[in-house]
Amino acid sequence: MTVPDQAAVVRALQRVLPPDGVLWRTDTTAPYTCDGLTAFRQRPLAVALPETDEQVGAVLRVCHALGVPVVARGAGTGLSGGAMPHARGVTLALARLNRILAVDRASRSATVQCGVRNLAISEAAAPLGLFYAPDPSSQIACTIGGNVAENAGGVHCLKYGLTLHNVRQLRGWTAAGERAEFGARALDAPGLDLLPLVVGSEGMLAVVTEVTVALAPRPQVARCILASFARLEHAAEAVASLIGAGIIPAGLEMMDGPMTAVAEAYVHAGYDLDAAAVLLCESDGTPEEVEEEITRMSEVLHRCGCTRVVASDSEAQRLRFWSGRKNAFPASGRLSPDYLCMDATIPRRHLAQMLLTIAQLAERRGLRCLNVFHAGDGNLHPLILFNAADADELQRAQALGDDILQTALALGGTITGEHGVGVEKLGAMCLQFSDAERAQMAALKAAFDPDGLLNPGKVLPTLARCAEFGRQLVRGGELPHPELERF
Amino acid sequence: MKDVIAAIQDAAASGTRLAVRGHASKHALGGPHGGETLLVSASGITDYQPSELVITARAGTPLAEVEDLLATRGQALAFEPPRLAPAPHSGTVGGMVAAGLAGPARVAAGSLRDHLLGVRMVNGRGEALRFGGTVIKNVAGYDVARLLAGSWGAIGVITEASLRVVPLAPAEATLRFALPQDAALAQLADWASQPLPLNASAWWQGTLAVRLRGARAAVAAALAQLARHGGEPIAFEAAQGFWQGLRDQHDEFFTHARLEDAAGHARLWRLALPPATPALALPGDMLVEWHGAQRWLLTSAPPEAVHAAVRAAQGHARLWWGHTPPAPTALQQAVQAAFDPHGVFHTQRLT
Repeated sequence: MTVPDQAAVVRALQRVLPPDGVLWRTDTTAPYTCDGLTAFRQRPLAVALPETDEQVGAVLRVCHALGVPVVARGAGTGLSGGAMPHARGVTLALARLNRILAVDRASRSATVQCGVRNLAISEAAAPLGLFYAPDPSSQIACTIGGNVAENAGGVHCLKYGLTLHNVRQLRGWTAAGERAEFGARALDAPGLDLLPLVVGSEGMLAVVTEVTVALAPRPQVARCILASFARLEHAAEAVASLIGAGIIPAGLEMMDGPMTAVAEAYVHAGYDLDAAAVLLCESDGTPEEVEEEITRMSEVLHRCGCTRVVASDSEAQRLRFWSGRKNAFPASGRLSPDYLCMDATIPRRHLAQMLLTIAQLAERRGLRCLNVFHAGDGNLHPLILFNAADADELQRAQALGDDILQTALALGGTITGEHGVGVEKLGAMCLQFSDAERAQMAALKAAFDPDGLLNPGKVLPTLARCAEFGRQLVRGGELPHPELERF
Repeated sequence: MKDVIAAIQDAAASGTRLAVRGHASKHALGGPHGGETLLVSASGITDYQPSELVITARAGTPLAEVEDLLATRGQALAFEPPRLAPAPHSGTVGGMVAAGLAGPARVAAGSLRDHLLGVRMVNGRGEALRFGGTVIKNVAGYDVARLLAGSWGAIGVITEASLRVVPLAPAEATLRFALPQDAALAQLADWASQPLPLNASAWWQGTLAVRLRGARAAVAAALAQLARHGGEPIAFEAAQGFWQGLRDQHDEFFTHARLEDAAGHARLWRLALPPATPALALPGDMLVEWHGAQRWLLTSAPPEAVHAAVRAAQGHARLWWGHTPPAPTALQQAVQAAFDPHGVFHTQRLT
């Protein structure tokens, strides 16, 4: 098939979309050139802005007929370049599909269009005493469609699960523009369950336009413990001991001493500046439950040699404890013009070893590294500080990032815990999976999308690509979406 | 593992179909058995660190061995996999994953799929593959591991699985209420929308049983609240026996259903429904679980009538024993072929 020119694609899209539903001039497509990973940019051939579910199907059929790639996009808050446009492709911007179709207390579910914002679901469910549990840090902006594409998490996933665990049914379209449905209103559906494949497939298997999510009863109370430790190993040990004691905290976060100092200078949360590490342990539920859990957690923390424990006794204090953790990334931006934000998960028991190894690796490369973790689920976000104007330093920072991902894999972990592969970690996919495993994933992709039109070039590296590693580059201390809290 | 690979490669070369088998404890479920039996017997728990909340075991490991070890450390599989034959042959880890079934706690604790973190498998090309891992947060590549949950041997042989485990709740209590079905369903919908430690429910012949699990204080508070609705606490041992009988399908209802089904008097149906579905107008003996999302119907009503009523409620129905699986969708077929281009696992066991 010959490659259709821009004018032909635009004309074909205009026939199925409203008058303002197609963008193609360089000034109007500019906002779509990247997602939250701003180091990777590409101008799309055109941007399609459907307003209805049927129009999404029509756009897909047009693109399928013309052999044009399609990159679905929600709010563009992703951190791995999953929504980066394709040079010859149409960016399918789904933010206009933003209707909440149903919120039902009896079945504890909500059915919403893909462009509905994560937080808007919980807001709509609040009058019923319910909420949508997964809370990625970008939840005021990110869409449920994007959450499904990335299998988004949040600070509460140890207790409440990821997007996958909170989604019942997906409706949408295949690459060819045919109706597709995954899961059911019931808790299971007949035959091979394709829903877990579609969740987290980064827009490569289908385009989801309607999501039925499970809602949970809103906890009546939340309280947070701020615990200080004189040694990193003690903090890591405390994480294992809490879980080992049979406690599943609603949130369990850790910052090392350098990170704590940077965060404290930024928000004045009241962190202990003498601590080698601090833990934030949250409990939520009924007042009775929370009281009991806070007591049990405090006991374990004391046994693990913490030097200070403060339990929040007001919502204002709880939010203050969290403020430093939530501002860890922008706070780091004040310290260094550039940083790489890594995202890896390791088994919890290796936390202390991982931290010591990162410190050694950073010293060997002559760089500084700050550490913030979702300690409860072993998800690390080391921040490598460097100056991109110094070519040698940039190269060393990238090498350190590679070292860290390889260490995570060596400890039995994974190259991405929550940011996704996108374009950023194509290289690292080669480290984690064998040729046969990647070939199996490619065969799955072909089963859904034989022509390879949905988000080509993401997630699955070509063999030629398998010499590179991924990294997130933040330039000049500037974050994409600086208004959002970062985890 | 090498035996499995060799058997699959031989089968692919000779056009033979393979029926993957562990303890055959779920022999009566699923579609017809075809092909040569491929026994998965390699056994052993390969990794278990209680503080990681994960256990990894070879596919042939007896489920009983896994549950016994977890119990010694105060942990368990949250989804309560049914044990449809007596221990020690009550099922293997591989069979449990392949069947994807769950017991009474499923409505609160999630499904087997939700707790599956990683697998090692051999596909229809005889390739040994590993997907997922042992960590909860993992978004590297497609989530292939979870596709194996409930795959009934149709896309490959599971050789090892890593599952998330949970700490046993500090407190547990069961109450029973005298309620007709519709009132029980409405009551459950209401309670499940409140922050109560509701873990399981069952309604049968005018009695609703509700299990609470959680922090001591939370269970005590909920007990007091539910008692005001006429709930009568059941002694711990009696309640344990009741929920186990339900989970393993050897309680009064299932025992009777097995006899009726075998005698040809009635058939046992499993109905999967949106949780808030009101009582269905179908004749027969109905047992309601999962706050209404899973219902068991022992009936002599014609299959068309059962299917029609369930479909109208946006659910689906299947005969529990002697089931003929519905035809897979084109997409499901394409996915199967992506794993198994030679049709080695085309045994139609998939439900």
